[in-house]
Amino acid sequence: MTKAELVEKVANQINLTKKQTEVVVNTVFSSITDSLAEGKKVELRGFGSFRIRQRNARVGRNPKSGQKVDVPSKKVPFFKAGKELRELVDENIAEQENQES
Amino acid sequence: MTKQDIINQVSSRASLSRAKAEEAVETVIELIKESLGHGEPVILRRFGTFQVRAKSKRVGRNPKTGEEAEISARKVVRFKSGKFFKQAVDEGEGTT
Repeated sequence: MTKAELVEKVANQINLTKKQTEVVVNTVFSSITDSLAEGKKVELRGFGSFRIRQRNARVGRNPKSGQKVDVPSKKVPFFKAGKELRELVDENIAEQENQES
Repeated sequence: MTKQDIINQVSSRASLSRAKAEEAVETVIELIKESLGHGEPVILRRFGTFQVRAKSKRVGRNPKTGEEAEISARKVVRFKSGKFFKQAVDEGEGTT
């Protein structure tokens, strides 16, 4: 599912214009981005949480030339699925596969 | 930040009542869950991609007792952050 498809589905389901829904969807993801950029984690019950993970500096290698390059330490966004989402994903698919076989 | 904070922002930016904004945010989350529940990835440019990945069974260890235990094969959600999200976090001053 792409963002355009998500916008379309939300708009149909709750009777909003596509334009308004686009603002809604963009705002959801930009507010998560902004919050993490400010160092505030985001917790969404039933879905999961977004946090920052610190990656240490390391010496990497250019895979083509084999040359060493210093990769500085950095912060990356990290998503941890909540219990409800974890169970949904694991069980639904397990069931589908059982039905197919 | 919690869902309530997101709802407040959506309400003001999209000029929706709080109730409508809440319905909209819940619907966004539900639809993402539903898609992942069917094993279908959710691809959001700039922000990132949610994907379901199959993990094969492996032998793990209880970190407390050191006992070995088999971890069964399972499906897990993986999030790969987009370039814009990554940059915003790396350049931001905070840590969580």
